[in-house]
Amino acid sequence: MKAKGLIRINSDGCKGCAFCVEFCPRKAIKISDQNNAAGYYPAIFDEEAGCTGCAQCAVMCPEVVIEVFRE
Amino acid sequence: MKKVFERPRLLKPATFHFCPGCGHNILHRVIAEVLEESDFRERAIMIAPVGCAVLAYFYLDIDVTEAPHGRCTAVATGIKRAIPNSLVFTYQGDGDLASIGAGETLHAAGRGEKVTTIYVNNANYGMTGGQMAPTTMLNQVTTTCSAGRSAEREGYPLDMSKILASLPGVCYVERVALTSPANVQKFKKALRKAFQYQTEGLGFSLIEVLSTCPTNWKLTPVDSLKWIEEVMTKSYPPGVLVDRKANRGDSE
Amino acid sequence: MKSSANKVLLSGNHAVAEAAIRAGCHLYFGYPITPQNEIPEYMSEHLPKIKGGAFVQAESELAAINMVLGAAATGRRVMTTSSSPGISLMQEGISYLAALELPCVIANMVRGGPGLGNIATAQSDYFQSTRGGGHGDYRTITLAPCTVQEIYDLTQLGFYLADKYRGPVIIQGEGLLGQMVEPVELKEPDKKDLPPKDWALTGAKDRPGRMLRSLILEEGILEEHNWKLNRKYLEIEKKEKRFESFRMEDANLAVVAYGSVARIAKGAIKRVREEGLKVGMIRPISLWPFPGEAIRKAAEKVSQFLVIELSCGQMIEDVRLALAGKAEVNFYGRPGGGVIPNPAEFGRVISRNYYQKVRKAR
Repeated sequence: MKAKGLIRINSDGCKGCAFCVEFCPRKAIKISDQNNAAGYYPAIFDEEAGCTGCAQCAVMCPEVVIEVFRE
Repeated sequence: MKKVFERPRLLKPATFHFCPGCGHNILHRVIAEVLEESDFRERAIMIAPVGCAVLAYFYLDIDVTEAPHGRCTAVATGIKRAIPNSLVFTYQGDGDLASIGAGETLHAAGRGEKVTTIYVNNANYGMTGGQMAPTTMLNQVTTTCSAGRSAEREGYPLDMSKILASLPGVCYVERVALTSPANVQKFKKALRKAFQYQTEGLGFSLIEVLSTCPTNWKLTPVDSLKWIEEVMTKSYPPGVLVDRKANRGDSE
Repeated sequence: MKSSANKVLLSGNHAVAEAAIRAGCHLYFGYPITPQNEIPEYMSEHLPKIKGGAFVQAESELAAINMVLGAAATGRRVMTTSSSPGISLMQEGISYLAALELPCVIANMVRGGPGLGNIATAQSDYFQSTRGGGHGDYRTITLAPCTVQEIYDLTQLGFYLADKYRGPVIIQGEGLLGQMVEPVELKEPDKKDLPPKDWALTGAKDRPGRMLRSLILEEGILEEHNWKLNRKYLEIEKKEKRFESFRMEDANLAVVAYGSVARIAKGAIKRVREEGLKVGMIRPISLWPFPGEAIRKAAEKVSQFLVIELSCGQMIEDVRLALAGKAEVNFYGRPGGGVIPNPAEFGRVISRNYYQKVRKAR
């Protein structure tokens, strides 16, 4: 299914809280096993998972590191 | 594709100092979003607390002042009386509002001061390392009640929203559990309404937010959300505790 | 209010209020406490009638000083008044006002202490005002009137200095002075050049948001801030010392007293002068900055000083510091808000001191 949406995560600012992982209805986000410079394990986006641009991830993101795009 | 979500303009570029999964961040962002509406920003004067949110002035591009611990609503009273057209709001944790500031909170609300208070309840004293707060629930463990709060030893928690909602000077009190995107939008709507009621001069408004504190609760951020849903909402049920404008409308 | 030739009969308390209103202070936040209740009562009558005026009887002095903080943050002139125990409650707020550099005027109509004390006049809050009753490195300009006219004038001066130097100013009154009724000329305040309030929180219209904070965690910055405040206080010390000299030209004994004591001592000095005793008085008007140089200069000709206070001895420390051992300092005190001493009593004290210390030395 062609994705209608896309997100961009600034992984340097992510603190790995995993709210976005929890609330993404398409399960398009998971936690990386590589830590960022701050020592957190950031969230990473799976472009193939069928993101719809619903922005639930961004609404819940405490660090405001997610931008959401939609057709 | 067009961008449908980005960082609000009024949120300064600074990195939040809050812990991973803290509710303060979300609240600050939503406040920035709401302040961009109408003429809120140019009238807004915020009073920051002593507590984890003491650095609010580093994050929001509006006029902000510090207040001594607990005195936010008294400071707010002074500001609102000096500039009645301003949009005055305090942002306070449970220690600031319900403990050291209980007197100022009660009286500002009792006088019906036309200010808004955002009351962040995470059932402990976050900044100082997780001590008991007036909102700490019975049997909850904190660093100053390590055996769990007991009515006998530490006394009962205080439900400030319930107390304040009973006062005639208080026009609007709503409690929101900040546990999901839907509830984040609920907070946003509540804040907008509170600012609108203040602008209309209806009285004191308060929004209590049940908010995560993963570090002191010793839970993961996601488990903290669940703890609010499963435990905190039992003692602090979400909902509108009073909305005098709506009720006034009904009774006429 | 009826007046003829712009002079009216006013109590000290009413003079504080009227001076403030005419200085453009239309915001008052306070709490009832004897012996200054006439001030909030007067303000509650008059301020709501003025456009932009507001009076709030706060739930405590603690709340009142914080309301003052809020109003001062908007750049408007604001005041509170209280008496000793209430001023104790305000110390936290005063520390914050000094740290945030917010102008305001606080009048203390001092009463007997410590603790609940009594409701009579005293001078036992000298340390509280001049040594900074709150925490941290700060000073508050403290002005001590001794007539109702001076209460009026110094209250207006207080607002001016508060705006000029960006900080709280204390009017050190006394229970007695607040109740006293004397004619007052209702002068208009000088409209001198004052710095613009470009720090005030007024709503960020067409400009970036402003912040007022005293929590400064960044390394080294709090030290800088303290030195900056300190430089301001040094400037105030250079420019704002005020005192009155009375019959000092040929004095052999200098009385040092302020407020009501100075009034009474003047009467006593006039009496003992008639008996040939060469006594003079230096009356500090600014308790901080303390007019130490004037006292040190007097010690070039006078070797005996007698400090009289309605306390167990507080200002005497500043007198001793100023003299640095150059002259002998003795003390007479009546603490605890007791019977108001009369000129005869002071006259006896001064005479005894003169005979023991000045005549004997010859």
